[in-house]
Amino acid sequence: MEDTVNITVIDREGEEHNIEAPTDMNFNLMEICKASELPVEGTCGGMALCASCHVYVLSDHELHEASEDEEDMLDQAFFVEDNSRLGCQIKISPEIDGLRVELAPVGD
Amino acid sequence: MIKTDILIIGAGPVGLFTVFEAGLLKLKCHLVDALPMPGGQLSEIYPKKPIYDIPGYPSVLAGELVDNLMKQIEPFNPGFTLGERAEKIEKVGEKMYELTTHRGTKIQAPVIAIAAGLGCFEPRKPPIKGLEQFEDKGVDYMVKDPEKFRDKRLLIAGGGDSALDWTIELSNIAKEITLIHRRTSFRGALDSVDKVMELAKAKKVNLITEAQAIGVNGNGTLKEVLIKSKADGEFTQQVDHFIPLFGLTPKLGPIADWGLNITKNAIEVDTYDYSTNVPGIYAIGDINTYPGKLKLILCGFHEGTLMVQSAFKYIYPDAKLSFKYTTVAGVNGFEETPA
Repeated sequence: MEDTVNITVIDREGEEHNIEAPTDMNFNLMEICKASELPVEGTCGGMALCASCHVYVLSDHELHEASEDEEDMLDQAFFVEDNSRLGCQIKISPEIDGLRVELAPVGD
Repeated sequence: MIKTDILIIGAGPVGLFTVFEAGLLKLKCHLVDALPMPGGQLSEIYPKKPIYDIPGYPSVLAGELVDNLMKQIEPFNPGFTLGERAEKIEKVGEKMYELTTHRGTKIQAPVIAIAAGLGCFEPRKPPIKGLEQFEDKGVDYMVKDPEKFRDKRLLIAGGGDSALDWTIELSNIAKEITLIHRRTSFRGALDSVDKVMELAKAKKVNLITEAQAIGVNGNGTLKEVLIKSKADGEFTQQVDHFIPLFGLTPKLGPIADWGLNITKNAIEVDTYDYSTNVPGIYAIGDINTYPGKLKLILCGFHEGTLMVQSAFKYIYPDAKLSFKYTTVAGVNGFEETPA
């Protein structure tokens, strides 16, 4: 389909999930992960207010820079790296076709 | 011993509004919440965010909505047990439950309404390997009694207000205190950031930025924390206490052990009256699930409203209940304060 992109999400067990996501429904990566029943909480609903959708971006896509709010919230995430992002702040758009991300570890 | 008609677990928007609807039926309510203030997620996660889908309010800040709900239920004098987690439910008689909180407070009611949202807020624990074996043996997720840390070597991790505030407070008590944060900037209040910078300059606080704690070691008790720093690579720091302060996250917690039917962290209910599989126990708001469920505040208001009708009939099976609009009857509060 034209209006979809392919995304690969690696879960915390190392398993790869290839997901086809629509670009015309204003979804973000956290919502796509939840819809695919991946273990992403998305507690705050996507307001960059909880850090439960922390992912590492593995592919070299040029994403928009993290906002101050997103950076602030990453302070509550664990094992934050230079490629850390909040899934809820990554819009499902044509530019991210082929994106590869890994779910970051969470506490119990 | 507190006694009430409806014991509401969770003082979020849905729990609060349920007090109003119960009050119209002359039923008294008592609310229990693990957070120290009412409002649930609205107060803890997003008090300054506008909400646009509350009927009649084109826009209302989450914190304002909580304030308004508190005002709306004031005539019904609800009781509050805040900062205590609902731990155990026991049946203590025909149509009588007793709830015990983690602090031992006991509350009895014939009806329990679980309005616990996503569960109760608990400190977020870092997924550091072996961390749990040092809990209360050097690893603390909150500061209850600062005196515990007198003349100790402390490592605090985090970049928010609680990390900054406790660093300031404990710098007078501890033998040695280190604050570790993944960035050079902090998201806490500016005053607190300035104060921590001053303390760092005066060498009263050892500030390590662009670094994270990644491991712990010890022998029965915590001995050292492994730190990974952008500038200096990996190194260990000898400490008596490691205090990770990374905010709160909701956990279903003890609710899972109450014999209720649970699917994917939500309590199954009958949409006729939002009753659970256990008589006298209802679940309303984000904590419940049913076909077509939407996690919206306004849906929770509806659920609470229908639920109290059913609760009334459960408590008083022989009484007649006539429904009165507030426009006709007004809001007749309770004069006396609840016991």
